[in-house]
Amino acid sequence: MPPLAEITQLIVFGVLATAVVVGALGVVMLPNIVYSAFLLGGVFLSVAGLYLMLNASFIAAAQILIYVGAVNVLILFAIMLVNKKEAMGASPGIGLRRVLSTGVCLGLFALLLRVAFSTPWATPGPAAIGEDAVIRLGEHFFSDYLLPFELASVLLLMAMIGAIVLARRDVLATDIGTGESVDQGLIEKARTPLLMEKP
Amino acid sequence: MSSIDIPLEAYLTIAAALFCIGVWGLINSRNAVRVLMSIELMLNGVNINLMAFSSYLDGTEIRGQVYAIFVITVAAAEAAVGLAILLSLYRNRDTVDMERFNLLRW
Repeated sequence: MPPLAEITQLIVFGVLATAVVVGALGVVMLPNIVYSAFLLGGVFLSVAGLYLMLNASFIAAAQILIYVGAVNVLILFAIMLVNKKEAMGASPGIGLRRVLSTGVCLGLFALLLRVAFSTPWATPGPAAIGEDAVIRLGEHFFSDYLLPFELASVLLLMAMIGAIVLARRDVLATDIGTGESVDQGLIEKARTPLLMEKP
Repeated sequence: MSSIDIPLEAYLTIAAALFCIGVWGLINSRNAVRVLMSIELMLNGVNINLMAFSSYLDGTEIRGQVYAIFVITVAAAEAAVGLAILLSLYRNRDTVDMERFNLLRW
């Protein structure tokens, strides 16, 4: 009879694993995209639970803050903003594509499983440091991973400015020759034929 | 010590399943928002791999967690820019159907 802690751990792992896989299947298969978005939040939370089981409490908190708090909310806002009921017309060869892609994904899954189970992993490795992980993370960020850390901040700044520039409607520039505005707002108003569907 | 009796392969299996579901959704989704969601699923699968290796094989120098932080950062930036592009595209084309974003195809 194994001790109670191990049984609890197994049960928690089973519940989290089921939630991750079933939730992910729901995200890609449910017809209503709002349900998909909320299920995606559930998948993110379950993955955070798996991180807790892997001795990574800081990453679990970061996962909840960033994924559930920011990315998922952003996706929900995008769904609200592009909320247009449109019938996706039938596309030629969609059945064949679906069968082929399912085959490719199952093959990829089998390949990954074969690699995971045939490689002689060097377990058990050194014992995990547990709650000292946050201290070790900080040491890494300010010593040997300092350059990627600073580059990540530059990347976030670029993404912020890029998202604002891409999503704003106002006119940012005017044509030098004609003096007319040459930006998003004008393109929307003019509905230039280039951007429209060919009949 | 926790996470010793569950084998490493169990986590790798979950990560592989999550990644493959993400690939399937990426190929088969018609809605552009769902494509972005599938990309997030794939990134989460990769992160589970990194964290599992970090905990099982690299318990003292947790380099996998450092990489996971960078992946989360890039994923957040990607989601913001991707959704901005999606909104811009929706205003210009008036649709989110991936099959109709074919201006540059032929």
